[in-house]
Order: sequence, then C-alpha cells, then structure tokens
Amino acid sequence: MDAFTTHTGIGVPLRRSNVDTDQIIPAEYLKRVTKSGFEDGLFAAWRRDDTFVLNDPAYAAGSVLVAGPDFGTGSSREHAVWALMNYGFKVVISSRFADIFRGNSGKQGLLTAVCSQDDVELLWKYLDNHPGASITVDLHSRTVTAGDIVAGFEVDDYTRWRLLEGLDDISLTLRHEGDITAYEATRPAWKPVTAAP
Amino acid sequence: MARTLAEKVWESHVVRRGEGEPDLLYIDLHLLHEVTSPQAFDGLRLSGRPVRRPELTLATEDHNVPTTPGPITDPVSKTQVDTLRANCAEFGITLYPMGDAEQGIVHVVGPQLGLTQPGMTVVCGDSHTSTHGAFGALAFGIGTSEVEHVLATQTLPLKPFKTMAITVEGDLPAGVSAKDIVLAVIAKIGTGGGQGYVLEFRGSAIRALSMESRMTICNMSIEAGARAGMIAPDETTFAYLQGRDHAPAGADWDAAVAAWRELRTDDDATFDAEVVLDAATLTPFVTWGTNPGQGAPLGAAVPDPELMGDDNDKAAAQRALDYMGLAAGTPLREVAVDTVFVGSCTNGRIEDLRAVADILKGRRVADSVRMLVVPGSARVRLQAEAEGLGEVFEAAGAQWRLPGCSMCLAMNPDKLAPTERSASTSNRNFEGRQGKGGRTHLVSPQVAAATAVRGTLSSPADLDPVAAESAPKGN
Repeated sequence: MDAFTTHTGIGVPLRRSNVDTDQIIPAEYLKRVTKSGFEDGLFAAWRRDDTFVLNDPAYAAGSVLVAGPDFGTGSSREHAVWALMNYGFKVVISSRFADIFRGNSGKQGLLTAVCSQDDVELLWKYLDNHPGASITVDLHSRTVTAGDIVAGFEVDDYTRWRLLEGLDDISLTLRHEGDITAYEATRPAWKPVTAAP
Repeated sequence: MARTLAEKVWESHVVRRGEGEPDLLYIDLHLLHEVTSPQAFDGLRLSGRPVRRPELTLATEDHNVPTTPGPITDPVSKTQVDTLRANCAEFGITLYPMGDAEQGIVHVVGPQLGLTQPGMTVVCGDSHTSTHGAFGALAFGIGTSEVEHVLATQTLPLKPFKTMAITVEGDLPAGVSAKDIVLAVIAKIGTGGGQGYVLEFRGSAIRALSMESRMTICNMSIEAGARAGMIAPDETTFAYLQGRDHAPAGADWDAAVAAWRELRTDDDATFDAEVVLDAATLTPFVTWGTNPGQGAPLGAAVPDPELMGDDNDKAAAQRALDYMGLAAGTPLREVAVDTVFVGSCTNGRIEDLRAVADILKGRRVADSVRMLVVPGSARVRLQAEAEGLGEVFEAAGAQWRLPGCSMCLAMNPDKLAPTERSASTSNRNFEGRQGKGGRTHLVSPQVAAATAVRGTLSSPADLDPVAAESAPKGN
C-alpha cells in the first residue's frame, strides 16, 4: 500500500445520501478475478445520465469525492473501493460512512474523511461555484482546504498511522504470530472443523 | 463487571490487546464464495503465504450460479467459479460446488451443517454474514483484504463495537413474521442507525421465534448499518443444533451446552443504545423506496416527500419515487408487480418455503405475474420436495428452481428487466439490485405469496378462502 500524507486534486460534489455499494459498482462488474480495471463500472448506472457530475468535463478528472451522508452502505464488496481508486479517487469526504466500506478503504489506501454535514454543504457550494476547483486533504493536520474553507476531518489514530506509513495489515499481525499460536492452544476441542464428518 | 452477549463473545476471542491498537480477534469460522475471494488468494500467492487454518475455512458456490439445470453459460461467471475451485484445491479448503448435496447460499449452508454455533466468531466476504448471529455468534461481513488477512492469520484486527439492544416484547399478530419485525426496525432507526453497533435482539417476541426466523432478523441487521446482529442462544438454539453434522456430540455436547448457557447479557449490563418495539402493533411491512429503511405498513400509502422534515430525506424520497415509478399517496395495496421472488439468505430456508406453500396451496399465481421460488440450499430443496412443497409451487404456476443467490443480486441469469417491478423476499431494494432499472419491494414470504396470487402487494388476509373443490394440489 502506498503511503498517504497529503493530496490535492479536483473536488467532485456528489449531492446524494445513502450511496450504497451497488451504486458505486453494480454486481454485474464483480465477476472479475483481478483488482484493476474496475473504473468502467464506477457509478455505472448514473454515468449513463448525461447530467451526472462525472460526465461534466470539469469534474471528469476528479480525485476528491464529496458525498452526502451514509456513503458506502450495503454489500461488503471491496470492488467499490477498487472502482473508486481505479478511477483516480484518493479521498472520499462524507459526514457518515458505512463501517465495512470504511474498513475496506483503509486497507487499500483510500482515505475516508469524516467532515460535518455543514462543512460538506460548504464544500458542495464552493465546488458548484468553482467547477473543477481543487481540494487539498492533509492527513497530518487532518484538514480539508478548498479556497477559503478550512475544515477539520475525523479519522481514527490507528488508521491514520497505517495510511501515513503505508503499512500492510497482514505483516503487522504476523509480528504477533506467537500470540496466535498461544491462543489456539486454549480453544475448546469441541469447536467445529469444516472437513466433511 | 456485567457484560453484554456481544462483549462476552468478543472478550473470549482476544488474541492480543495493545495500547492504541485495535484488538486482534481469533476467527472460528471463515466462509468463502466465488465473488469476494479470488483477489485474496492472489494476494497470498504474491506474498508466498499459506492458509493458516484450512480446516476452519469452508467455501461454496452461490452468487453467480444458474438456478436452472445445466452448466454456467456466462464465461465471466464460469471463470470466477473455476478460480474458486482451483484456489480451494491449491490451498486445501473444503468446497461444496454446484450440484453437490451440500451446496447452497453460504449463510444457509453454515447453519444447516451445524458449523455455526453459539459464542463463535464467524466471518465471510459478504455483508449478510450477520445471519449467523442468530445462534449467539459474533458474525460479520468483511472485505476482500480482510478475507486475505483471515486466510493468512485466522485473526482480524478490529475496533470495538458499541452495543444496541433492540427489545421486541409481546405476541406477533397472525400473518406478521420476522421479516416484518426487521423491516420495521430498519424503518425506525434508518439505514445508518446501527452504524458502529452490534445489535442484540431480545424480548419475548424474539425468544418465541424459530431459528430460521431469528436468522432472517439477524441477516438484515446490516441493512440498518450495523456490523452484526445477535440473539442469545437458548433451548430453541440447542434443539436446532443437536444432531447436525458438525455439532458436538456425546460428552462434547454437554460441555458445549454448558458453555453456551453462559452466553447471555448479564442482568445488570448496560447497552450504549436501546430501541423498544411492541410486537402486537406490527403489521405486514413493505418497502416503497430504494433503500431498506424506506418502508411502511402494507396498509399505508406511498409517502409524500414534501411532508418529510429533513431535506436529505426529502430529496432521497423524491429520487426513490422517481426511480420506482410511484406517485405519493398511492395505496401500497394498489401497486401491481410483474415478478415475485422467494429466496435468498434472508428468506430461502425451509420455514420460508413452507409459509409460501401454505398460501399457494389450492391457488394460482396471477397470469400477470412471474414467480420464482429459489431454495437457499440443495438440502432445503430436497427437504421441500420431500414435503411436497415443490409440487405445490409448480401446480400454482411458480418456477421451482435450483439453489443459489439468484435474483437477490442478479449476478446470474435471473434478473428484472428495466422498469419491471418485483415483490421480493430478499434484503436490498437498491437501484438496479435485481437487474438494471428493476424496481424492488422487499416483503415477507407470506406477503410475497399473497402478492403472487393477487398481482398487487397483498397480505394473506386479503385472499379469498380456498374453495374446497380446488384444494387438492395440482388442480
């Protein structure tokens, strides 16, 4: 995973709440066995509508998505994160994210920044008035900057540290393999195994 | 210290606790399917890591398998299924493929084999893993990176959850089911209301439910945004498990039951949040919008977005009504459907099929309606046939299919056409979920069956009694 410190890119206002992962990438795109090339499925149904924000040339090269509350609800598909990242997004800003989506994002290096809904509204208004304007997201200081707007955002300390360092979870866990083995020795013998009985 | 059920299961699985770090939790059972696992196995190969505990891992083919006889014809789906088979063979993981007597939807297969047991941690790359919480297991969906993490380490680093009690007291009225309870809960707390929480369903109405119904409720916890739903194990749970293939036996059974009896929230434990519902006030519930929180009693009308206080709710409701092709104020009972889908990890178990057959017996599916009945697993299909349910479905004019996820998410050939409308026993009414442009109303099995007969959203109480001479099946 690449380390994330600060990012500046075109902000995209997505004025919708409850953007579920079926909207981020419909199931028909989930049949691939790779982690790349999912950008064609990103918001597939909405991109058929000419008025959808990513069809506006000003926003087409966007990398900071500013969305309504409850972003990433529904299916656990990590393809939603891959699709956003394959398209070029580095940051999603929302006042509330679904748990599984947020976890998946942290593992892949997509920053999910929680801002207040008031700040999201300010960013939407700014982007509407300045189509194609850039937003800077600084993970060190946990701030989002757009024009005169400076807003703080929330991200937990552990995820922030992993993103800043670009650390891979599995390697971190395997540093404690002895603890796992010790735990396994304490499991009751009647716990089930999956081989056919 | 007094603890909740969720906290007890959590604490008993902590492998490591470090200052400022998430707890490292041990995973007792890891379930796999073809869609969210290929990239995880690729990751293992790239890093040269083995699967730590293949014997705690089980795979089945469900998401994109066809439900009509014959091989997979879509080449991309076939590649995904073939990839799962190759990965399971390479890493030594038990797999139940299409056609196997144990194949089925992953969340139907685990419980019916007796693999899901109280007090366990269960994960799967599928958000409806919350289903297994019906046994008092801590069970939740994970992403593909986490699938790889569990394969490699049999653990997951997890941030603590908050706990929410959802207490449902009283007796459910006739014709009201577990599905109606959970749809009412989601409408009450919203699709984000459970975010960050493990929900514990409790109260006399929950204790009165069968295991199948408990699974329906826990299954849809994720639709309220919760990571997991749980129900404390009791005699109903133990009776369901005893004698199943992977349940403990003999002295092990006694030891296990003794441990499971401890798995209940202490009387003086506190939850971070509490919600109370009166079962007696519940009625059949249906969704009118494009998220599972946009639901209402069947006797109500399509709501008017203009009357909603919150601007975001108003905009979302208006967008939903445009997508659904519904006008505010239309009585829900007047909404005509083209397709009825019975199945999925929410309502594809034997009890669900019995409820549908009870209503269809001696009746016909309306000419304007296509009805699919898709069992949750091969075993459910066999059981249904042994009970004569398959004949009831076919005599009524429904299509009686092979097991799989099917039209719940339309990754296989079972789809809605654009603007086609369904009443569906599945779990998500998102835009395009059942096929591009398709319109979904989430309902209980009982409402699905009654709707199939009348052609409009209906409850069994709306049906004319079956005439005595037409009662024998097949006529």
